[in-house]
Amino acid sequence: MTSNQYDAIIIGGGHNGLVAAAYLARAGKKVVVLERRHIVGGAAVTEEIFPGFKFTEFSYVVSLLRPEIIRDLELPKHGLKILPLPSTFTPMENGDYLAAWDDHDLTRRELYRHSPKDAEAYDEYARVMARAAKAIKPIINLIPPDPSSLSIRDMLGLLKVGQFATSLSEKELYTIAKLATQSSADLLEEWFETDALKGTKAASGIIGTFLGPRSPGTAYVLLHHYMGEIDGAFRAWGFAKNGSGGVSGSILNAAQALGVEIRVNCSVNQVKVKNGSAVGVILENGDEIQSKVVMSAADPKRTFLQFVEQKYLPDDFVTSIQNFRTRGSSGKVNIALSELPNFTALPFEGKGHDSVLHRGAVSISPSIDYIERAYDDAKYGQISKRPYLDMIFPSIIDPDMAPPGQHVLSCFVQYAPYDIEGGWDDAKRDQLGEAVISTIEQYAPNIRKCIVGMQVISPKDIERIAGITGGNIFHGELLLHQIFFLRPTPQWADFRTPLKGYYFGAAGAHPGGGVMGAAGMLAAKEILKDGV
Amino acid sequence: MFNLKTTPFHERTSALCQPQNWRKWAGYFVVGSYEHVLDREYWAIRNAAALIDVSPLIKYIIKGKDAANLLHRVTTRDIHKMKVGQVAYTGWCDEEGKMIDDGTVSRLDETTFRLTAAEPNLRWLSMNAVGMEVEITEVTDEVAALSFQGPNTRKVLNKVTESPVDELKYFRLMKNKIKGIEVTISRTGYTGDLGYEIWMDNKDALKIWDTLMEAGADYGITPVGILAMDMARVEAGLFMLDVDYTSATHAWIEPQKSSPFELGLDWTVALDKQGYFVGRRALEKEKREGSVWKMVGLEVDWVGMEKLFKQVGLPPQIPGMAVRGSLPILSGNVQVGYASTSTWSPLLKKYIALAHLQKPYFEVGTDVRMEITVEHHRQHAPAKVVKLPFYEPEWKKK
Repeated sequence: MTSNQYDAIIIGGGHNGLVAAAYLARAGKKVVVLERRHIVGGAAVTEEIFPGFKFTEFSYVVSLLRPEIIRDLELPKHGLKILPLPSTFTPMENGDYLAAWDDHDLTRRELYRHSPKDAEAYDEYARVMARAAKAIKPIINLIPPDPSSLSIRDMLGLLKVGQFATSLSEKELYTIAKLATQSSADLLEEWFETDALKGTKAASGIIGTFLGPRSPGTAYVLLHHYMGEIDGAFRAWGFAKNGSGGVSGSILNAAQALGVEIRVNCSVNQVKVKNGSAVGVILENGDEIQSKVVMSAADPKRTFLQFVEQKYLPDDFVTSIQNFRTRGSSGKVNIALSELPNFTALPFEGKGHDSVLHRGAVSISPSIDYIERAYDDAKYGQISKRPYLDMIFPSIIDPDMAPPGQHVLSCFVQYAPYDIEGGWDDAKRDQLGEAVISTIEQYAPNIRKCIVGMQVISPKDIERIAGITGGNIFHGELLLHQIFFLRPTPQWADFRTPLKGYYFGAAGAHPGGGVMGAAGMLAAKEILKDGV
Repeated sequence: MFNLKTTPFHERTSALCQPQNWRKWAGYFVVGSYEHVLDREYWAIRNAAALIDVSPLIKYIIKGKDAANLLHRVTTRDIHKMKVGQVAYTGWCDEEGKMIDDGTVSRLDETTFRLTAAEPNLRWLSMNAVGMEVEITEVTDEVAALSFQGPNTRKVLNKVTESPVDELKYFRLMKNKIKGIEVTISRTGYTGDLGYEIWMDNKDALKIWDTLMEAGADYGITPVGILAMDMARVEAGLFMLDVDYTSATHAWIEPQKSSPFELGLDWTVALDKQGYFVGRRALEKEKREGSVWKMVGLEVDWVGMEKLFKQVGLPPQIPGMAVRGSLPILSGNVQVGYASTSTWSPLLKKYIALAHLQKPYFEVGTDVRMEITVEHHRQHAPAKVVKLPFYEPEWKKK
């Protein structure tokens, strides 16, 4: 019989919840993770929606998962394998393509084909971005200090930020200040002239936000995506064996090996409060679980507006959480394929096993204008007629993802606004699927006849299945007013909450989403500091 | 006429070798890497099916009434206990119990064996065969060999072999047919993963290659060069002649020689076997008195290494491939050994090395420091002695 008394309860078995649980158990704590669904992983899950075809349902690549988590939790021992995703291929509207390969010289030669000037600028741009990312990287593992507070902890934190700021060269400081305020379009137009290059680069500045490439602040999101490239041999983008479920699976194995108890099909109704402190949770079935500490790994709105009675939280805090922007802007289309779609810009012969472009990402981002127009549709509550797509073929990278000879296509699609005109229904979902297929069709005309099964996930579905309010993939947009000591809300960016004993450690907290695991790890460390 | 030889697979491998990265191996040219970056080849070994041309392996057929007697005498294994169809990994020593070479012995039938070696050993074998009824033939240039490594290899082989390979156990071999062509398949390899080696007549080489490539297409089959294999073999804790040890016959000075015990091959030295074998007395003595050196695994502490790089404002920079170069190992400020091969392990996400350490530093768990170069400066990163192999998937022997 399992006892119902724990040192810590983690609400939500997403990757952050599992990471937090593992770190707490590693410190000798008795921990239980409560997951609403029948599987853990949250938005990092792999499911067999059609027999034999494994879909990495929501998130689909790894790059930002913190190296210290991989080390501390010995994730490779627990099954984590990060497979190479060697290239990015952008088919162009004129029938040509632009590619970035894994070899530096090949890429330079390829860019040279389009613009000798861009080929040179590309290297310098990459260095500037990597240096900027390196410069701000120390912030990722910092507990955001409250600049208005006079507590010793916050003062020390501010001192660290100050030390960091003074450690930057003048040039770096200007670069970062610019990156923090610019639009990605403005940034990229300073550097390049090739439309497909600017479009493809700009795309990583809009992922997960409800902004277009011409909106200020998007340059920062672009930088956020460079963080993965500065850990030396730990390397850049990759695809986890068995998809994102493989990442969660390895963290789950590590957590269980450390003694964490996992309960699935276990919905939390409410955090139980006694004398102003969280003392456990009440489940939907009425059962109670006691604990000294409760940590939510759900999104900020669920964490504070649903799990806790509002009388326990200050009014301004509640208002602030209500105002937290969680506008979902993207969807996901997962497709089971009988064969590979053949791109006319670089066609293959035979079955395409040797096609180099299918080994990496295929980006439908022919220009900044293309993406900005896609955003225009979304601004007024419409699905983009011609959306930005980021595709990978997991079965080419990891043949175990589909039955032999068949394939899966993972297609991230933006924009698909959460607040769609008329609301989401089956017809709208079909419309999203059709927008994606007809877009791919422009570049790979045989796509339609390759499809044997398709799963269309709207932001509403992300909310329904993964339980993320608003369906925002980062649990809240990475906007300048929603990062660092402002995430999720001023004064409460240190993973603690106004309710004693109640902690918050997920993508809606610092340093944000992207399957980093950092929020879960940092929250666990703060919990331990509080001497649980 | 002054060119090195090419292997029977050259027509295929040369067409696929994009970076023109060729390596010399026992007088042959083989592909170092097929692609500009090693990642995909490495991961084919660990996640799919890697097809590696290992034809340059030196191969002898040893045949005759005394074939078993000869190998029993030359190698450290108990050859008389080997059943037909069994393969044994072994080293062989000189009279002083120092390693000359290492390879596999396969018992093809009662009186026929195949021996593989890294270097020519015909003279040594013949010297030991004096008075024996045995015929030793080198077949290196007649027998082509493919190493087929990775978790998907069994599925691919079963698609093309006349009889399934499901029952073929670790370190066993079977005669089989692929498209009607006779081959020998052994459950062996140099990667520490599930894997097979396929032995065939030269003239059949291209047909077997094509058949496997076609059958494996849906399982991620990837031609893999020896550089990626080099990373995998370090993870598997497998060493290489002339890199991790020097043959006793080539050593200039005594300290360059190694005994099988010093290389961690205790399990291959059958001191309980009947009769004389070369090096027996010396090995018995070493067993009694203990070895002074031992080859072990070394894991570099990432955080410690990161600190050294951070001092100059860099993230850790280590080569993305196996490095065959000696690196001093220190305890305190005293050198207590050296690493002979080091590599980044993409799977383990660790910087690992095969290292030779003096007593008592070779005990598992010992903290030492390994030399690294940080921005042109010699530094020493903390490292720990660990058990070999670094990586052993559950499916390797299943």
